Amino acid sequence: MSRPIALALAAVIGLALLPAAIGSDYYVNLASQILIASILAMSLNLLVGFGGLTSLGHAAYMGAAAYLTIYATAHAGFGHLAGLCIALGGTLLLAMLFGYLALRATGLGFLMITLALGQILWGLAFRWVSFTGGDNGLGGLKRPQPFGIDLAQATSFYHLVLIVFALAFLAIACFTRSPFGQSLAGTRDQPRRMRALGYNVSLIQWISFVYAGVWGGVAGLLYAYYHQFVSPQALHLTTSAETLLMVIAGGAGTLTGPVVGAALVLILKNVASVYVTRWVMLLGVVFVVIVLFVPEGLVPGVARWSRRLTARWRRPAASVPAPLTAEHNS
Amino acid sequence: MNFWIIQGLNGLAFGSLLFILAAGFSLIFGLMRVANLAHGAYFMLGAYVGLAALDAGLNFWLAVLAGAAVVGVLGGIVERLVLRRLSGKPLAQVLVTLGIAFIIADGCLWLWSGDPRPVPMPPGFEGVYRFGSVAFPKYRLFVVAVAVALAVALWLLLERSRLGAMIRAGVDDMDMARAMGIRTSLLFTTVFCLGSVLAGAGGVLAGPILSVYPGLDSDMLPLALVVVILGGAGSLTGAFIGSLIIGFIYSYGQALLPDLAYVILFLPMVLVLTLRPSGLLGRRLA
Repeated sequence: MSRPIALALAAVIGLALLPAAIGSDYYVNLASQILIASILAMSLNLLVGFGGLTSLGHAAYMGAAAYLTIYATAHAGFGHLAGLCIALGGTLLLAMLFGYLALRATGLGFLMITLALGQILWGLAFRWVSFTGGDNGLGGLKRPQPFGIDLAQATSFYHLVLIVFALAFLAIACFTRSPFGQSLAGTRDQPRRMRALGYNVSLIQWISFVYAGVWGGVAGLLYAYYHQFVSPQALHLTTSAETLLMVIAGGAGTLTGPVVGAALVLILKNVASVYVTRWVMLLGVVFVVIVLFVPEGLVPGVARWSRRLTARWRRPAASVPAPLTAEHNS
Repeated sequence: MNFWIIQGLNGLAFGSLLFILAAGFSLIFGLMRVANLAHGAYFMLGAYVGLAALDAGLNFWLAVLAGAAVVGVLGGIVERLVLRRLSGKPLAQVLVTLGIAFIIADGCLWLWSGDPRPVPMPPGFEGVYRFGSVAFPKYRLFVVAVAVALAVALWLLLERSRLGAMIRAGVDDMDMARAMGIRTSLLFTTVFCLGSVLAGAGGVLAGPILSVYPGLDSDMLPLALVVVILGGAGSLTGAFIGSLIIGFIYSYGQALLPDLAYVILFLPMVLVLTLRPSGLLGRRLA
């Protein structure tokens, strides 16, 4: 048990020292973006990987929290703390409502309903101009200066994001290891048996949905303070799909997968956008290639390859059967 | 009074477009359990191909054929080369169609740029019909007629033809259908092509009403989903009823509450999910 904790501490210290190592604000900002996207992807992974509930509307919670916090803080005159509470409270209610509706179906039905619900919010942000500014979005949010720390600095903001990221990682890891998280995995694998054992399957799924939605809202808060601006794009299907791609590319159902996926997608996006304007097309191609060739995701995929390699290196000519990977597809 | 009649006719016309879109989606979903998230992109691609055909000097009807043919062939290729490899994994199939949707959408933006393009009315359908004091565009009535003809044709195909019997057998029990000697692999390709043809043709037919613009795909896809969720997955009658409901709500909503028109489109879905999760005429979404 001490080895994972030591690894996690090393990772956090390494990440904390990262800005000093890279030294350029551009890359520090990119690292902040990756951590924010990771929080969103980790929260989506709770549903996709651990609950077997593939949501295509997860940007809704990030976008809603971002809109609410910017509106409350920069336009309605609330303080930062009040804005934060309004945003998270609003996201909580939204997740409660959307979870109630979407969980009336499972599998593909759940996916289609979350997509449609996500598009409602996008439509609202796009058309309800008096509240959301329509296509022009909402801006005007200033980063606060808690305890005299200037969060306008790329590095100090990065450290704030890192703290929240570490908390989110811990909270989500604890959730999945807890008896409740295990019962969620049970509803994924054996819903009928869980029901027969007396578990309230839909309640377990709903609570998990709301929990994931609130962490999506936390990502939205950071998103709002990072960009100091939000537009309907934050709620668009492309954003939800991008997040799902992060989860699936990294490895659904693993703790580190979404983080690796977020890093991969955002680095690819930033590097690729220098050379090609066709980022969306590239996103589509990456989607198709990953689903066709690395369906289990990079983290389990690389782990499997490296196990094979080391096994071969230790005992030549011994064939190692591929481990059974959890199948969450149906 | 005229307001209600005209908006009602508009709703009928928009609902007809939605039916052409949703029928293909519903066919594919009902038989193959693939929620083809590229369906909206197929619709938009069809519209752009139709536009290119018009630009090349073909007439409107040939443009509809061109849109249908190109998208139909594309659908067949996607089914054979991609979906086939993932059979038995519905989630992976859906995600692949999402990737394909992005590729098509961005490809259209690349080829045809970002400007919205109006599509001219086909000759002979430019004017309006007058019924007393109500004037109504001919083309919209024509679209309604197309949708009704399509509904009848699909009904005949499904209920009265051998192919339809095979499709129904596949929808009811895929394994049993296979055991009875139905070549489901060929059936899948046929149905996927048919659904794609409907999306492609629908795109061109929608052109004179909606015009063609980037984002048409992600505007239309959720509407197809809503129609199918509302009507009940895999039920064509459900798709027909769902399309009409959404069409009317859209039309009256647009006129009465323009700010929220897009949002209230989803209200019937919310209501149906709360009261009857399987949709008006469907079985449970699984």
